[in-house]
Amino acid sequence: MVGLEHYLILSAVLFSIGLYGALAKRNAIIILMSIELMLNAVNIAMVAFSRYIVPLMLTGQVFAIFVMVVAAAEVAVGLAIIIAIYRHHDTIDATKIDLMKW
Amino acid sequence: MGVSVAFWVLASIAVLAALSVVLVRDVFRAALSLILCFLMVAGLYITLSADFLAAVQILIYVGAISVLIILAIMLTREVQQGSPSNRFRLPAFFVAVLFFAGIGYAMLNTPWQISSTPPLEPTTPAIAGLLFGPGGFILPVEIAPVLLLAAIIGAIVLVREK
Repeated sequence: MVGLEHYLILSAVLFSIGLYGALAKRNAIIILMSIELMLNAVNIAMVAFSRYIVPLMLTGQVFAIFVMVVAAAEVAVGLAIIIAIYRHHDTIDATKIDLMKW
Repeated sequence: MGVSVAFWVLASIAVLAALSVVLVRDVFRAALSLILCFLMVAGLYITLSADFLAAVQILIYVGAISVLIILAIMLTREVQQGSPSNRFRLPAFFVAVLFFAGIGYAMLNTPWQISSTPPLEPTTPAIAGLLFGPGGFILPVEIAPVLLLAAIIGAIVLVREK
């Protein structure tokens, strides 16, 4: 029987994979994709909490909807920033974009 | 029983797809694996009896966000260079493993108060009541369009030709 812990561990696995991708990758688009993975992992955890702990309140599902709204806004602005940087520098390699580094 | 089988199949495919997002060299294939992972997460929502959320997941993530990501990959020329790692590859791996160990320990050792009530089905009227009804989340619902509008205007301003 699948319980709350299964979903939580799955969410932790997906979040850790996304964390590794966001920290270790050089392509800015891959970093953005890893962040999307992490947001999805958090959504799984919230829906699982909502299903197993307060099955009649659905608060977790409402939070997941707001996370999706923020993720949509974030990916639109993030990709716009990446394309603007690509126009200026001809690269989206995150190790070479060091304009604000001292 | 059927839910267990569905969970294990969906979860294993989702983890494999997520791994290939960060391990595959081809950026475009990584994007396709990400879409597969989003689809599997939608299936997981169905096993959690969150039907409305599964539909929203497919509409927003599989429909819109993946199209945006593929568009950005096509607009930049990094496809040929693949998806190399930076020099923090090993530290990043250890950070991820440590994070997983810590959060997994916390998750498995917390005494969750599992409710034995069967889940609400269908969820759409209840979510609508929570979002728009009295005592619900009407203020965040009002703020979310402002955020989306700001994001749209910001994206247009950022990519506009000078």
